[in-house]
Amino acid sequence: MQITSPQFRQNTITALADKDLQRALANVEKGFIGKRQKAVDKLPEFDALRDSSVAIKEHTLKHLDLYIEAYVAKVEASGGHVHFAEDAEQARQIFLDIARKRNAETVTKGKTMISEEIGLNGFLEENGITPVETDLGEYIIQLRGEHPSHIIAPAIHINRDQVEADFRRFHTDLEVGRDLTAPELLLAEARGVLRKRYGEADIGVTGANFLIAETGTSVIVTNEGNGDLTQLLGKCHVVLASIEKLVPTLNDASQILRVLGRSATGQEASVYTTFSTGPKRTEDPDGPDEYHVILLDNGRTNMLGTEFEDMLRCIRCGACMNHCPVYHAVGGHAYGWVYPGPMGAVLTPALIGVEDGKLLPNASTFCGRCEEVCPMHIPLPKMMRHWREQEYEKHLQPKPARTGLGLWAFFARRPKLYRAAVSFVVPALKLLGGRKRRFAALPLAGGWTQYRDFPAPEGRTFMQAYKQAKGRPEQPARTETKH
Amino acid sequence: MSLSAKDAILERICRANGASAGDAARRKIVEERLAGPPRGIIPERGQLPPAERVDLFVKMAEAADATVKRLASIEALPEEVARYLRDRNLPATICMGSDPRFASLDFSATSVEVTMGPSAGEDLNSLSHAEAGIAETGTLVLSSGPANPTSLNFLPENHIVVISPASIEGAMEDAFGALRDRWGDPIPRTINTITGPSRSADIEQTLLLGAHGPKALHIVIVE
Repeated sequence: MQITSPQFRQNTITALADKDLQRALANVEKGFIGKRQKAVDKLPEFDALRDSSVAIKEHTLKHLDLYIEAYVAKVEASGGHVHFAEDAEQARQIFLDIARKRNAETVTKGKTMISEEIGLNGFLEENGITPVETDLGEYIIQLRGEHPSHIIAPAIHINRDQVEADFRRFHTDLEVGRDLTAPELLLAEARGVLRKRYGEADIGVTGANFLIAETGTSVIVTNEGNGDLTQLLGKCHVVLASIEKLVPTLNDASQILRVLGRSATGQEASVYTTFSTGPKRTEDPDGPDEYHVILLDNGRTNMLGTEFEDMLRCIRCGACMNHCPVYHAVGGHAYGWVYPGPMGAVLTPALIGVEDGKLLPNASTFCGRCEEVCPMHIPLPKMMRHWREQEYEKHLQPKPARTGLGLWAFFARRPKLYRAAVSFVVPALKLLGGRKRRFAALPLAGGWTQYRDFPAPEGRTFMQAYKQAKGRPEQPARTETKH
Repeated sequence: MSLSAKDAILERICRANGASAGDAARRKIVEERLAGPPRGIIPERGQLPPAERVDLFVKMAEAADATVKRLASIEALPEEVARYLRDRNLPATICMGSDPRFASLDFSATSVEVTMGPSAGEDLNSLSHAEAGIAETGTLVLSSGPANPTSLNFLPENHIVVISPASIEGAMEDAFGALRDRWGDPIPRTINTITGPSRSADIEQTLLLGAHGPKALHIVIVE
């Protein structure tokens, strides 16, 4: 997929002006925040489970090579195959080899972000293989020729009426008079169309929420059941997963599942958690004949042992973007690659390079909500700061920002000079602020004042106010009176 | 020759962790965890005594939009299946696997027509037997095989699942603990944990039941 992260600034301007997008984005806050909080409140052990989940992932990452070895041995013992891919190109080639050997023409797909990361759909089409997305949201955006704008709600940027228009455009056998005004009618239409596709597929592709070393199992968590049908009815099941999906045991996955469902959709448990181990057995009446896992690195081992290692704990629940004021304002596409929101702002520079991804860690007010809700306690704002530091060290910032920071640093290191300067500037600004006591426009800050007024200072600097207050006796504590 | 992708990736992980490939102590830590999985944190509500456990299972399953019925014996199951289909105006057909726990069922007194084996996609109703239940979340655990083909869990629109109250565990960790021995190694090809009927909120975050899987899930607890 084409990377537009370097055009982040332009992307946000387009997004803010897009009325349909802004209408759809209202659903992010409506749909996720309250539900998550309710589910968390109902489980007193939620925070203890967060700590337990973090400890599991930290332990796994410390021993990841050994858990991968154990996992591979179990997959092979159950008749499956594991393929290692250093990067997206290798992963695509491995997939193509599997497909060619099976003369595959159609591939059904459950929701997988790794497929987006390696650009699988476009690649398959170039090679004459038809990919069919089966998740309702993914199906809608595939019709539109778009990419997911959210890691668990891929079509969150689209409104119902737009879906209706798309279905009328692409489902050419639809009668003109057919009512598609309600979401359930659209769902029924998609269900009917996709139903036929599962069994026709030569390969069913899924991602994985977990890979379990104890049993050689891949796990998917879904609500629709499409991923389950994809991997059950395709003649060959291919799992696309990145290396940090490993957990040691079934018990470890059970621990993390408790924080995943609640953080993602506010559910006590997602409807389907499906554990797949190898191909179907001789006595099985259904299931795939072959089972392959493509295990992708694509830059992740380079994060191990660095200040970005904590990011490898991410379980892709989407809570950080659901609570992010920047994501709420511009949506996922503005981030310009696969992973949006705060997790994307940290992961994208690591995977595509800080040169292309440098603007994303700057797309944060550092309000800290992402870290607060992250079930894996990933210090997202801290890691965005690390990226900003790298950006500064590599001289990747625009010149005005660099000059401005340099100027500020000059004064900040000289407190006397700093105080003298501000004790002149602050009263001057008060005077200039006039009776309204605010500025509608400021030189060099036009971008800021375009959307709001800048309040004029009160007339004293903080240090002046502090010194005056120190001379005054302390206010007596207020005592409560009972009536 | 250059390293294979596998060797290169594993080598980088090892190095980033400051470990050497032959580190026996590290290997021992991993082997011990795999042989004796720790239980972790089990929420209080996942640790109830058996009788309360079943009540919680029912409450949680209903909260996830499943319906639940309790029966005194398996002999009453055919009539319950017939009643369920009749009440919902569904055709009197049911598709099921060869689970031995269903071997004694006699549908002849009902009008229900039974087909055996996996679903090809046309069946409206299916009947399965769960291996275990999880009280904490009202979740069913089903495993693949001729006894309960996995396609019956997803293709029909109405899924009826029978479960024994004795198999309802407090937490997922307990369910795995109880089933590991029965499953053996490798574990079955597919294990499904199911909590309520299928759903989607992909269109404007409006929750709809019956996405690609069943629109209705009916749980029958049989003493």
